[in-house]
Amino acid sequence: MANELSIVLCGAAGQGVQTVEVLLVKALGSSGYHVFSTKESMSRVRGGNNSTEIRISEVHREAFVDRIDLLVPINGGIRKNIWKRLDRSTLVLGDREELKEEFEGREIRFIDVPFLGIAREAGGPVTANSVAAAVMCALFGIDFTILETLLKERFAKTPEILEKNLLSAEKGYERGGILLEKGEFGLKLPKPDPRWSPLLVDGHKAVSLGALAGGCNFVTAYPMSPGSGVLAFMAQNASRFEIVVEQVEDEISAVNMVLGAWSAGGRGMATTSGGGFALMEEGISLSGVTEIPLVIHLGQRPGPATGMATRTEQADLELALYAGHGEFPRVLLTPGNAAEAFELSRLAFDWADRFQVPVFILTDEYLLDSIFELESLEVEKADFSHHFVEAEPGYARYRVTENGVSPRGIFRHGNGLVRIDSHEHDEKGHIEEDFEVRERMQKKRMSKLRLLEEAALPPTVKGKPGARTRVFCWGSTGPIVAEALERLGNEEVCLVHLKQVYPLHNSIQSLVDEAHRIIVVEGNSTGQLARLIRLYTGRNAEHRLLNFRGHQFSVEEVSEGLRKILEGGEGK
Amino acid sequence: MNPREYDIEPVDLSWCPGCGNFQILSALKEALAELEIPPQDVVLISGIGQAAKTPHFMKGHIIQGLHGRALPVATGVKAANPELTVLAIGGDGDMYGEGGNHLLHTIRRNPDLTNLVHNNMVYGLTKGQASPTSPVGLKTPIQVEGVFSEPLNPVALAISQGASFVARTFSANTELTKEVIKAAILHKGYALVDIFQPCVSFNKVNTYKWFRENTIVMEDSPEKLRDRKRAMELALSGPPFPLGILYRDDSGRPCFEDRLQAYRRSKVPLWKRTPDLAGIAAYIETLREGELKGGRES
Ligand SMILES: Cc1ncc(C[n+]2csc(CCOP(=O)(O)OP(=O)(O)O)c2C)c(N)n1
Ligand code: SF4
Ligand SMILES: [Mg+2]
Repeated sequence: MANELSIVLCGAAGQGVQTVEVLLVKALGSSGYHVFSTKESMSRVRGGNNSTEIRISEVHREAFVDRIDLLVPINGGIRKNIWKRLDRSTLVLGDREELKEEFEGREIRFIDVPFLGIAREAGGPVTANSVAAAVMCALFGIDFTILETLLKERFAKTPEILEKNLLSAEKGYERGGILLEKGEFGLKLPKPDPRWSPLLVDGHKAVSLGALAGGCNFVTAYPMSPGSGVLAFMAQNASRFEIVVEQVEDEISAVNMVLGAWSAGGRGMATTSGGGFALMEEGISLSGVTEIPLVIHLGQRPGPATGMATRTEQADLELALYAGHGEFPRVLLTPGNAAEAFELSRLAFDWADRFQVPVFILTDEYLLDSIFELESLEVEKADFSHHFVEAEPGYARYRVTENGVSPRGIFRHGNGLVRIDSHEHDEKGHIEEDFEVRERMQKKRMSKLRLLEEAALPPTVKGKPGARTRVFCWGSTGPIVAEALERLGNEEVCLVHLKQVYPLHNSIQSLVDEAHRIIVVEGNSTGQLARLIRLYTGRNAEHRLLNFRGHQFSVEEVSEGLRKILEGGEGK
Repeated sequence: MNPREYDIEPVDLSWCPGCGNFQILSALKEALAELEIPPQDVVLISGIGQAAKTPHFMKGHIIQGLHGRALPVATGVKAANPELTVLAIGGDGDMYGEGGNHLLHTIRRNPDLTNLVHNNMVYGLTKGQASPTSPVGLKTPIQVEGVFSEPLNPVALAISQGASFVARTFSANTELTKEVIKAAILHKGYALVDIFQPCVSFNKVNTYKWFRENTIVMEDSPEKLRDRKRAMELALSGPPFPLGILYRDDSGRPCFEDRLQAYRRSKVPLWKRTPDLAGIAAYIETLREGELKGGRES
């Protein structure tokens, strides 16, 4: 097995733990390690105790594991969810002055490193985080110049603070070197690959950059975790990419403004979470009847209502599937990692434009807050075209065509008038109550579903095609199930990961029909994907492995859960 | 331009005979014609209601969207293509009730659009319920003992919130209505035009006669219109209710589109642009921390 380590940093919000995390992930990633990081945090601005897991490995990893090889608590007040994951193989690097008695009497290997003491002597107590980062850099053999560069970037605007942090980092780095020499550290490090030089991309950036590559030039949102990371990225890069970004008064405005933008030839996206998405429902329906393209990024978190603001869940599949009154076609894309989040967000714009339907990108807090390594993100390969037309005199916005897609004119492009209407309407957009017209137009709109079905993305199947036990999952659970199956090493079992849950790709039917046993793994309490599969294929999954605690599955939890199911005998 | 160029055929004008909406429709066509703005340059955006049907009854690009949501749609259109002349049209329920929050924030944002509100002090389309501007005491099938909530004062609200153009007119005074609409369109920034409009079917209190007896046209001058305190006094006075432009900020305050980063370098509307894929690719490369090994310049 590949050498790898799982490092967990934890500490109070507002205490700079995030700075350590960002520094460390970048430093590790730039030193030839394969890295993946993910974090969980409490819904508070200060205090509490948040944690970040950084995995370093000799192979690509992109899943959360329970195991902790090295724990670095920056502050005391370690929470239950962390204690549960510690065992005899865990090494703790901590400052006794800060942690007091927290580790006394526990059978856990503890090395006392006076982060605070070193900081006090060098740059001052507030620089303890830089000391911790520097100690770890030394232990992992990261060149000091890398840390120095990162600190310079981090504190570019405040030279005095930079000075202090550099002093502390030097001392910390020295101390780390001494620990290493003494051999107390004793963890087996993965071997870095000097040629490996990845992009490090979190979910927020992946969605944003994918959208931009898809021509997104108009972003609206009312802040709501975890959807607002995309808003922040877009706002901070609005002048670089010359796009419109507006924080609006509510999500109703967000969706309606985006529809206005598309009508005038812009390419808009609203980003939100479940609560905001629920407020957008009438606007989604408006997109359905007016056939104005629409893209919404829905970053899921646990509900109902406020639920757990900074936590994760996969319980809004059905919300997105049924959102909006009346019947109209739509698309639900469900990326599993940063590469897919990028690619599908790009595609969302193309499809929304091409098919004139609402397209939803469903991510979740776990995916958005995880940092993935990537060899590349292909931007230039992504060919771009607008799908609107020049409106001729006499133009009819809702012309009935063979495939249901009416050529979409935009305002003041050509001499024709573009008349868009939310009632049932005739081909020219006039309000219409004739029953036959109603039927014809409803059929026209719904016929686009066939086009969407033809375009649907196939699921990712991993494992032997002959394997008759099939594990279905969607979105961010995919890479976790993949690694769990890799651990189980059972050739009778394969993975079916859906990066689009609606409409389903037609291969799903045969994947289901050929299976002796179907297990669905998903992050909600009722099995929404399992229900969807039953609805569209008639097959009831034999087993479901569900998690709705507010934290994503771990690899161990899934492999253990699957092992139990598999040992429980045959299904169908 | 002849206002007939805004006529649309065939059209089934579904308003009741005698409704004030007809007067507003013709004033609007005349205003656009006198400003020489061809239908191809105009986008008429509305919500739902009798007033909100107006776009269907004339030439122009239109979006008739959701009840209460015309302003965000209009803002989106204007921000995506600032070259368009954008009007958001609706009733008192549409703009002041269902869409009230958007009104407040559109005023703050100050996009360059004209907001016409046909204020008949009642819900016409849904057959006579009270609206946010219904007078206390108005009896309806729902407010059976008469309205007891205080009516909203849209012009005072807009002035207090810093709207850059606020006017009130009366549909039957088509000349004034036309001139006010013209000024509103010419004004750079958000312009609210509250239009007293008799609903002959459902509002038996605020009739043509009542409006005539309870309104007064104000004399104005650029200096007077700049005076926000005066405007507020006028807005709070009545009956008789002052008609005309009440407030106009002509200081050249930047509007929403002016402030958007999308137009800092180029004024080209979004539809004429394609994504800067090379720029995105270059940005993505900055996420490759491997460069750090060489000690990146900071
Ligand atoms: C979300 C929603 N709620 C309610 C309605 C029903 N509705 C349509 S128009 C309207 C009120 C119309 O009053 P107003 O805006 O004053 O327009 P008027 O008909 O008086 O011109 C209502 C309640 C709707 N279409 N949508
Ligand atoms: S109901 Fe009232 S507002 Fe509507 S058309 Fe008739 S008179 Fe006009
Ligand atoms: Mg009304």
